[in-house]
Amino acid sequence: MATETSHHVAMTLHDHLPMLQVLIPFIASPLIVLMGARGGLSWLIAFVASLASFIVSIVLLMEVIDGGFISYAIGGWAPPLGIEYRVDAANAFMLFLISGISTIVLPFAYESVKAEISAKHHTLFYSCYLLCFTGLLGVVITGDAFNVFVFLEISSLSTYALIATGAERDKRALTAAYDYLVMGTIGATFFVIGIGFLYMATGTLNMADLAERIADQENNRTIKAAFAFILVGMGLKVAIYPLHLWLPNSYTYAPSAITAFLAATATKAAIYVILRFTFSVFQPSFQFEVYALEFIILPLAVLAMFAASFIAVFQSDLKRMLAYSSIAQIGYMLLGIALLNSTGLTGSIVHLFNHGITKAVLFMGVGALVLRSGSSFYSRIRGMGRVMPITGAAMVVGGLSLIGVPGTAGFISKWELVQATLERGWWPLAFLIAASSLLAVIYVWRFVEVLYLHEPAYGADHREAPLTMLVPIWIMALACIYFGFATEITLGAARTAADGLLAGTTGMLESVTSTEAGH
Amino acid sequence: MVDVLPTALIFFAAAALVLVLPRSVRAPVLLIAPVLAAWQVWTIPEGQLVIWSLMGLELELMRVDKLSRIFALIFSLAAFLGNLYAWHVRDPVQQVAALLYAGSAIGAVFAGDLISLFLYWEGTAIASVFLIWARRTEGAYHTGMRYLIVQIASGVILLAGAALYWRETGSLTFEAMTLGSPATWCIFIAFGIKAAFPLLHNWLQDAYPAATVTGTVILSAFTTKLAIYALARGFAGTEILIYIGAIMTLFPIFYAVIENDLRRVLAYSLNNQLGFMVVGIGIGTELALNGTAAHAFSHILYKALLFMSVGAVLFRTGTAKGSELGGLYKTMPLTMIFCVVGAASISAFPLFSGFISKSLILSASAKEHYDYIWAILLFASAGVFHHSGIKIPYFAFFAHDSGLRPKEAPTHMLLAMGLTAFLCIFIGAYPAPLYALLPYDVVYVPYTTTHVITQLQLLLFSALAFTVLMRTQIYPPELRSINLDTDVTYRKFMPGVITLVALGLSRIWQQQTSFWMRKLNLIVGGLYRTHGPEGRMARVWPTGSMVLWIAILLGVTLLVNFFS
Repeated sequence: MATETSHHVAMTLHDHLPMLQVLIPFIASPLIVLMGARGGLSWLIAFVASLASFIVSIVLLMEVIDGGFISYAIGGWAPPLGIEYRVDAANAFMLFLISGISTIVLPFAYESVKAEISAKHHTLFYSCYLLCFTGLLGVVITGDAFNVFVFLEISSLSTYALIATGAERDKRALTAAYDYLVMGTIGATFFVIGIGFLYMATGTLNMADLAERIADQENNRTIKAAFAFILVGMGLKVAIYPLHLWLPNSYTYAPSAITAFLAATATKAAIYVILRFTFSVFQPSFQFEVYALEFIILPLAVLAMFAASFIAVFQSDLKRMLAYSSIAQIGYMLLGIALLNSTGLTGSIVHLFNHGITKAVLFMGVGALVLRSGSSFYSRIRGMGRVMPITGAAMVVGGLSLIGVPGTAGFISKWELVQATLERGWWPLAFLIAASSLLAVIYVWRFVEVLYLHEPAYGADHREAPLTMLVPIWIMALACIYFGFATEITLGAARTAADGLLAGTTGMLESVTSTEAGH
Repeated sequence: MVDVLPTALIFFAAAALVLVLPRSVRAPVLLIAPVLAAWQVWTIPEGQLVIWSLMGLELELMRVDKLSRIFALIFSLAAFLGNLYAWHVRDPVQQVAALLYAGSAIGAVFAGDLISLFLYWEGTAIASVFLIWARRTEGAYHTGMRYLIVQIASGVILLAGAALYWRETGSLTFEAMTLGSPATWCIFIAFGIKAAFPLLHNWLQDAYPAATVTGTVILSAFTTKLAIYALARGFAGTEILIYIGAIMTLFPIFYAVIENDLRRVLAYSLNNQLGFMVVGIGIGTELALNGTAAHAFSHILYKALLFMSVGAVLFRTGTAKGSELGGLYKTMPLTMIFCVVGAASISAFPLFSGFISKSLILSASAKEHYDYIWAILLFASAGVFHHSGIKIPYFAFFAHDSGLRPKEAPTHMLLAMGLTAFLCIFIGAYPAPLYALLPYDVVYVPYTTTHVITQLQLLLFSALAFTVLMRTQIYPPELRSINLDTDVTYRKFMPGVITLVALGLSRIWQQQTSFWMRKLNLIVGGLYRTHGPEGRMARVWPTGSMVLWIAILLGVTLLVNFFS
């Protein structure tokens, strides 16, 4: 595939798929505004764009799932000078996750947004949503370091705006968005400083090219500093433990649909960037990188698993509880990365996916509860599981997957992580994973108890959620179960991705030679 | 490779159907599922039919051979009879639980590896507890909890054993094992808990009498016989089982004699009957194993029949206490007849099913020259006759007239009891079809002159003893039946020393737990102060401190990078 990619030859639509992946939502976004589309139409455009993007991502994933990659030169400008999009198993899997979640969350969003945001803002809301979606896809698909920053800013800026739309329900959304803006900007700045250092040391921005040029510069201090800036800057977007402070408020006060979408995709895209830079751009064999992962990321990951879980246990607001649980779960993913072996990376990538669908179920479930009861406080959603049995059951499935009960998606990834720790011979870590899962049992039980073991709250609307919400929620809930048994897709793609990543620059170098061969 | 549907799935599918179907058609589904399953089990070829790989593990879901087939058949049959007996039940919880329970038990019988065995093993535990909880009383809730804890513990020990076994041998296949390593001991104890080995048996007498009228009938069929199957498969010929089994046949007799609740009497006699099977497994010869399988088969039938008849009495009168019943033969003649058939079967009267299966085990023990064991089994047989054969029918239907005049049992119950009674007599009179089903080919003739005469002598003397005891008024239940309570009985029969030790231990335990509970409360309190909604850790700090954190982290990362 890659060798044939050349601008001299007439290209079919199929060859343009990597571009279309990003372009479709990117064009649809201004289209919504330009057409001045009202509520229903703007939703429809967003949904169609997302669906098209999802289909593209499936095609791309099928092409690279067995290894190999697609390299696409934007505008025919050959890399390393031009911007290159590069799809391999790792990011095709991420594209699949992000566009899939978006396509399923959007039908849910229809009712939820109508209830939570006034009609005059719907046009801009969906426009922003698509921009955010574009940004996340772009961050993942691009093979150009600076382009990552550009897309990161596109997604971040629209995210700030989207969170702020929660202000109609709770004014604190404004502060949350503002805080996140300040923090996110600092993070992005660190990231761009890191890329600046890389450019200084190598004179290139193409990731494959970068990888080749810094392969023998392990002791270059500029490179070391670049790595630190990129890791910390992106770490903030990931919400690594002490840098997580923007997350609980943002997730709590954002509109429900946005929370579901962001929780399932945004932090995951950031983790992908860390993966890409740590393993493909920098060499996993670099000593400073090993130390940074083992002495900084690993302890912080374990800390997150416990501290955030403890906070989650004591929360009295379901949305906030889930936000803290997300921080804890991010700990698992970072733990897998820090183990620096194939199983650990596989576990991380699968957990990324499985946690994405799990949190999508739960946050959508919360959205449905909010629609009927008006709030996500435990005191307000008490007993709602009895009057909304279908939503409640899906949330229980999600909760089980969050704990990692066998038969659910969450089990597969935790099992993989435990195996990875054992492979390294780090027994205590395996116990810590199990122990923090016990904390998950507590906080999941708390909301199950709230939902079922009380009389339904007074003053809430005692009806089941509308069908447009139930269907997406249950698609995700069934996915949680499905991926708990059928592991070929998730584990298979993750294993290919992990092996590709751990091979370091080799995958990258091939591409450079092959592109040259194409000319 | 899935050529056939695992039999367990038939039950699970039926359970799912029951959930969605309207009330009126549920009961037929409950009957059709076991029939379908039995038909499948009957026609299925032998071999490993379904292998399912999950995360690199090969799960053998259908390993069919003669041993698993006979157990699956009797389980299907028991499910059918139990569900027929429970035709009147309109509670979907019980219906679904019964199906899931039977399905899990059959799934476990067909499981070819330890992991799927474990899954179904826990399945039986979880499904069955709902039959106890279905009574919906405070007492039943606590009993169910105790039962569940014991059953789950058995499963967990099994899982631990499976993990160790895998480390030891690299295989998870469930096959004959030799007792010795920690792995096999774990598995052995897990089986032992479910088989109600002595000192591990309390859950049985605790739980079975506490279930619903119909629940007890279903409970009595599966859990313990599943354990018997597992022991026969894994530990055939393990000598220690002979002695365990011998004790099992003996000790429940004493409890059964003084127990007043007739369902609990039956639970004790269930334990005693399991002892015969365990002895058979321990001897481990082909004849003995055949005896175990045959005895499990006939035992499930007559034990179900006894539980059904006592259940019918309980259903009509609201009590199953020997001291409050009596004289019911006047108004419940059919139930009485069925009860007597069950009693005759369990007492191994010639021409009833118990005779032709128990003889196999007795003959096997004699043949292998376990003379003491043979004597113990003989004594136990007499005891069985005493407490189950005479006591149950006598106190329920005859004895002094209690003045109760209940209606005859409902038609479907009579039908279920009639079918079961027919099977008991049919097998007893014409054992050839049952013998053909047994795991090994046998040439065995139960009806020899010595055999029949020995058995009859034994039974008649036992009957004489009962009569004498009754006449001289020293038969226990007449004296202090109402006050009897399991706990009291239990303590009386345990040596005082154990009581003292237990008391001491429990005091220490309480001190320790209260000490640690206080500690735990302190820790949780501390955590709440720091991590709770108002706590320092959960506070959303001002932006400044977030920036400070990012600076600190960057500094540390830079330092680590530079000095590495």
